[in-house]
Amino acid sequence: MTAPILEAEGLVKRFPGVVAVDGIDLALMPGTCLGLLGPNGAGKTTTVEMLEGVLRPDAGSIRFRGAPLDEHFRARAGIQFQRTALPDYMTVREALAMFASFYPRAADLDELAQLCALGEFLDRYCNRVSGGQRQRLLLAIALVNDPDIVFLDEPTTGLDPQSRRNFWDLVETIRARGKTVLLTTHYMEEAARLCSEVAIVDHGRIIAEGTPAELLSRHFGDSVVELPRADLGAGEVDLAGTRVDVGDRVEILTRDVRASLDALLRDGARLDRLRVRERTLEDLFLELTGRALRG
Amino acid sequence: MRLSPRHVWSVFVARNREFVRDRSALVWTLGFPFVLVFGFAFAFSDGTPDRHTVGVVAPPGTEQVEPVTGLDHVDHVAVHDLEAALERVQRHRLHMLVDPASGRYWVSDDSPTGYLLERALHGAAVDNPDWQRETVPGESIRYVDWLLPGLLGMNMMFTALFGVGFVIVRYRKNGVLRRLSATPLTAFEFLCGQLGSRLVILLATTTILFLGSHLLLGIPVHGSYLALLVIYALGAVCLIALGLTIAARTASEELAGGLLNLLTWPMMILSGVWFSTESLHPWLQQVAAVLPLTHLIDAARAVMLDGVGLLAVSHHLIVLILTAGVFLALGARLFRWD
Repeated sequence: MTAPILEAEGLVKRFPGVVAVDGIDLALMPGTCLGLLGPNGAGKTTTVEMLEGVLRPDAGSIRFRGAPLDEHFRARAGIQFQRTALPDYMTVREALAMFASFYPRAADLDELAQLCALGEFLDRYCNRVSGGQRQRLLLAIALVNDPDIVFLDEPTTGLDPQSRRNFWDLVETIRARGKTVLLTTHYMEEAARLCSEVAIVDHGRIIAEGTPAELLSRHFGDSVVELPRADLGAGEVDLAGTRVDVGDRVEILTRDVRASLDALLRDGARLDRLRVRERTLEDLFLELTGRALRG
Repeated sequence: MRLSPRHVWSVFVARNREFVRDRSALVWTLGFPFVLVFGFAFAFSDGTPDRHTVGVVAPPGTEQVEPVTGLDHVDHVAVHDLEAALERVQRHRLHMLVDPASGRYWVSDDSPTGYLLERALHGAAVDNPDWQRETVPGESIRYVDWLLPGLLGMNMMFTALFGVGFVIVRYRKNGVLRRLSATPLTAFEFLCGQLGSRLVILLATTTILFLGSHLLLGIPVHGSYLALLVIYALGAVCLIALGLTIAARTASEELAGGLLNLLTWPMMILSGVWFSTESLHPWLQQVAAVLPLTHLIDAARAVMLDGVGLLAVSHHLIVLILTAGVFLALGARLFRWD
């Protein structure tokens, strides 16, 4: 059995007035992509920053290849922060070269520029590039030392759909090269597409963990029949499932889609706008973390 | 502490590029001091912005003297030491020196005020028409000659403190430092790179400013250029170290700005940039004596105006070295990436 590349036990981090991380255990196997999911303020970023060695935990231990986070870890880890700035008046090419110079082993910069599609703006100042270009540049900087493990903290937040899909392709390419990835996101679609494992974090704890398929089958054995409330019929029949009102829509959570559809037909419901779908990570996420608005 | 020259060099080069490419800051750093020097050269081409002052040689203990020129709005002050008074004439601190006992007087050839006072002296003294004009020994020193070492020091202080302090605080606030902290770069390497870059920038801008004023305004240098370079380099390291200490922790540009103003204003006023620290109240003189800028300016002035060597100003240099050492250690020790 292979040993985890990164392992954390009992991580705790308190800030004045709040326990941001309240006892998190994690183990990352080499080559996997673990997604930390959670609403804003759940403790994702605090957790990932402790794992990156940037933030010191108040309690608990983190081990990289069995050793505490030391210089060797810093040399072998690639990090993309959620918010970061690069020095003003530095071109993309110069930024790559500067960061590369800090590492004992660096990736081939031309190849890296090609991989992350930086070619068209290599000689532009870092702070004058678009949002999507910027995320690709930050990823390139995270990869500049040809790392074994890559941390991506909400890498696609604020990107347009094209840039997001483009970024996903990039992450898949990196994974194909055997790198271990730890990703935080609150886009369930992103987690479903990229992650081999997900951990849902809320109030500083992991509340569910596993592969996306495992999680869905463990928590749900049902499907969703969804239609506008106005399209329901007389409402006289048993819908063969649990009815949930979400805004002006009704969701029927059912283990027997056929029975539910029969019931709706008998009841005289309109079916034009009806939709049947599987349960998604988003449903699971909302079910586990609640629907109330967070800061 | 690990120190990789390659890491330091990378930070050094990046910071230099940033400085040179930031046109507005570059123009400000070079342009503003030139405007100051030339402005003062023309505004105060004749002495300090003081009243017109005549020194009258009097016996020790006598403070009241006869107004020998017979003019209102001219200060007549008693002087007891002829040697010291002549030096003040040379520096246009006194516009004329009169010794009624011997019938001699001294004015500087370059001082228009001195010339007017000389005419007034002859006009007023009908009962004593035999005033003998004596030559002032040595070269006359204009206010701008005296001012230049101070302005260079003051400019150095502002660019060192704000250029280092503000930039590091901004880097901390916008996350540049945090990104760097995730690499194998150490804090010490980062600080060395910043110090080195700022030192080179300061010496380059000060040299340009010095040469411009030296050549265009004919400001004399009586001592060695090398000694001046050593003094300004030491002063620069000391002031940069002070900036590093201010910027060691805070992520608030407002707080940093306040602290920097709190440091720069007293130095600008008390360190003898505009007027000699001798004219300060005794306890303010004590304050001035602990400010690094005072030592930088005193040493530079002694070399430029009096032509002394480094040995003669070694007490200033020792203070600068010690202060630099203390603040460098403090700045490195207190430094936080976050």
